[in-house]
Amino acid sequence: MQCQVCNKRTATIHLTEITDGVRHEMHICEQCAAEQGIAAQSQMSINDLLSNLLASQPSDDELLGGGDEVSACPNCGFTLDRLQKEGTLGCPHDYEVFQHSLLPLIQHAHNGSTTHCGKVPSKVPHDTKKLVELSSLRQELERAIREEDYERAAELRDRMKQQE
Amino acid sequence: MKLTDISNDINDWFSGSGPLADIVVSSRIRLARNLAGHKFLHSCSIEEKSKILEQLKAVLMSLDLGDEVFYFSVDQAPALSRSFLVERHLISRHHAMAKGPRGVVIARREFFTAMINEEDHLRLQVLMPGCQLSACVEQIDRIDNDVEKHVDYAFNPRFGYLTACPTNLGTGIRVSVMLHMPALKMTGQIEKFLAAAKDMNLAVRGLFGEGSEATSDLYQISNQVTLGVSERSIVSNFESSIIPEMVEYEKIARRQLLAKQVDILDDKIARATALLQNANLISSQEALSLLSHLRLGLNMREHMQASTPAIDRLCALKNQNAGADPDRGLSIRTINRLFMLTLPAHLQLNYGKSLDAAHRDALRAKIIRQALHQPT
Ligand SMILES: [Zn+2]
Ligand SMILES: [Zn+2]
Repeated sequence: MQCQVCNKRTATIHLTEITDGVRHEMHICEQCAAEQGIAAQSQMSINDLLSNLLASQPSDDELLGGGDEVSACPNCGFTLDRLQKEGTLGCPHDYEVFQHSLLPLIQHAHNGSTTHCGKVPSKVPHDTKKLVELSSLRQELERAIREEDYERAAELRDRMKQQE
Repeated sequence: MKLTDISNDINDWFSGSGPLADIVVSSRIRLARNLAGHKFLHSCSIEEKSKILEQLKAVLMSLDLGDEVFYFSVDQAPALSRSFLVERHLISRHHAMAKGPRGVVIARREFFTAMINEEDHLRLQVLMPGCQLSACVEQIDRIDNDVEKHVDYAFNPRFGYLTACPTNLGTGIRVSVMLHMPALKMTGQIEKFLAAAKDMNLAVRGLFGEGSEATSDLYQISNQVTLGVSERSIVSNFESSIIPEMVEYEKIARRQLLAKQVDILDDKIARATALLQNANLISSQEALSLLSHLRLGLNMREHMQASTPAIDRLCALKNQNAGADPDRGLSIRTINRLFMLTLPAHLQLNYGKSLDAAHRDALRAKIIRQALHQPT
């Protein structure tokens, strides 16, 4: 594919953006990208990752049978096949709507983890906050033990006791 | 504030100061956040994007950051201005190239920027010179708390902060350090560093886009895992194990150069100095590469008392940009200043009009020649 800026060299950087459901693409070569200050970010590898994972996942029928109950998000109309094309989900609800299908992908991208550990917004209800904090401490404790950092492990265990 | 108010000098994060600055050039932390009750950006209509933009802009402009804050409309900016913001790392290339209503809030000293309507609704970023990740995380945490007083973030107890792309899910944090690794390259050991980074689950990229690391010897390493590890753990892992290990690789290579390959080191620095002092045309890539060798020479003198004929000559050069203190020698700050100010968009913005590549190469060579000129 030819670069859309210089119309000479081969385009190796591909940018995509969806606005109002219309897909805009931009294909440029590395030299023009450098001159215009355009990224050749690791976007490609993320897209590769997504497409590999989606390809290895069960078909829609299988998904509907054993996993998520709907094929489109009732809030935004997003369907999972768009994730590979667009690289992003449609709305925050999609994480719940497509949870079963997304879990293997999330697990792969995050070194096996599927549960948040860390900061919680202050506006989150108190009970939820405690729950996340406890789960965070448990994950940190597991990590400390794995890394044989027993001093930190003891400290985390004490903090968990205080929380309970 | 106009962009030309800042385009004549380097920003703080690239000033060459801070802890471990001979190898760790800068530290950066970014947080990805989205507003509850809105679609992710890709699926938003223009109207919804505008609404998000106006809301976040108002919140961010009202924050007390201890610095003058200004807003820049990215979608209405000319291409040159957008490239300039990318060169200074104030916006991402994605943000520069995207479509639809979007903008950036920038602190005057450039330690903080907030991209609105990038891939996520909000991307907060804090940048500091040298190895200062703890200070970065403290600052960005405070800013994030202040923003949250005015908005509702999309958050889920299981998955944490919900991001447009599942790869940023959880903490939404991206911790990066910029490393200058010229000796590893000169000694043919850069693969060792890249393999170590891969083993540690880190992403590696060039400072000025893909491929630029090969010429500038500046590598940005970042965490890729954002779920299941707390912000604090990621930062402490960088500080206690990743950074010391990476810095040690380069230090060993620098010692090796001095002990066993001093001819190669001396030749590289001698050639770089001579070319930069005499060339009439110089491309951006060539300038990045040669200036990298000067930076290495100055740092090895300062931190290892290295002395070779070329390093001695380099250190004897007067600093043409020192202003009030013209007798001071060439500094890392001056090298970094040349590095940034001769990038394409900086050159053109400071020149006042757009220039083709040949004219840019001539202007770049002239600026560098003047800065490195030996007064007689
Ligand atoms: Zn091109
Ligand atoms: Zn949705």
